[in-house]
Amino acid sequence: MSGPGVGWYLIVAALLFGTGALGVMLRRSPLIVLLSLEIMLNAANLTLIAFARQHGSLDGQVFALVVMGVAAAEVAIGLGLIVAMARRRLPLDVDQASALRG
Amino acid sequence: MAGFLVWVIWFAAAAACLGTGVAVVSFANPFYSALSLIGNLASLAVLYLLLSAEFLAAAQVLVYAGSVMVMFLFVLAYLGGRADAPWAGGPPLLRTAAIVAAVALLVEIVVVLGLAWGDNLSDPAEVTGAFGSPAAIGELLVTDHLLAFEITSIVLLVAAVGGVVLGTTREKEATE
Repeated sequence: MSGPGVGWYLIVAALLFGTGALGVMLRRSPLIVLLSLEIMLNAANLTLIAFARQHGSLDGQVFALVVMGVAAAEVAIGLGLIVAMARRRLPLDVDQASALRG
Repeated sequence: MAGFLVWVIWFAAAAACLGTGVAVVSFANPFYSALSLIGNLASLAVLYLLLSAEFLAAAQVLVYAGSVMVMFLFVLAYLGGRADAPWAGGPPLLRTAAIVAAVALLVEIVVVLGLAWGDNLSDPAEVTGAFGSPAAIGELLVTDHLLAFEITSIVLLVAAVGGVVLGTTREKEATE
C-alpha cells in the first residue's frame, strides 16, 4: 500500500477519540454530549476499518456497519430524551439532570 | 508519485477531521457544532476510502451526514434558543480533573499504538479490488454475521419504538 501506513490512521483515530472524550466530560449541554459521543464512535469505526485493511479481512468493516446502526439508534433515543426534557421545562444541563423521575 | 498524492489526501482529510472534531467540542452554539460534525463525518469518509472501504464511506455519508444529522438539526430547530450552551463554569476542580483524565487517556492511547506499531503494522495485507465492495460486505452480512445483522435490526426497532414513546404527549401533560 503506497501512502500512509495503517498506524497513521490509528493515531488520527486516537486523537479523535480523545477529542470526543473531552467533549463528553467537559460540556454540559446534552446535545453537544451526544455530538461528542458520535465523534468517539466514529473514532472506533476508523480503528476497525484500519485493522480490517491491515489484516485484509472484511469482518472489521461489517462490525463498523453494525456500530453505525447502533449509533443511529442511540441518537434516536438521545434526541427523544432531550425533546422530552425540553417539553417538561427541565433545564438542558446534564449536571442538573440527576433524577430519573420525570 | 501516486504514493505522494495519497499522502496529500490523507493529510488534508486527517487535518480536516481533527480540526472539525475540536470545533464540535468547542462551539458554544450547538447548531455550529452539528455543522462541524457533518464536516468531520465527510472527512472521515475520505479516510475510509483511502482504507478501501468504499461501501462504508458511502454509508457514512448517507446514514450519518444525511439522516442522523438532519434529525439533529430538526431537534435543534425545535429547541431554538434553549439549546444554546456556553461553556458553563462549574467547579474548577472538576473541570481540571476532566482535562487531566482526557489527556492521560490520549497519551495512553498514542503510546500503546506506538508500541504496537513497531513490528506488527509494517506491511498491510494485499487486497483485491473487491475488498470493501457492497457485494462482498453484503455476502458476509447474510452468511457469517447473520446474527449481528438480525440483532442490529431489533436494536433499531426498539429505538424507533422508544423514540415514539418518548415523543408522545400524554393527556395530562397536554392539558397543563
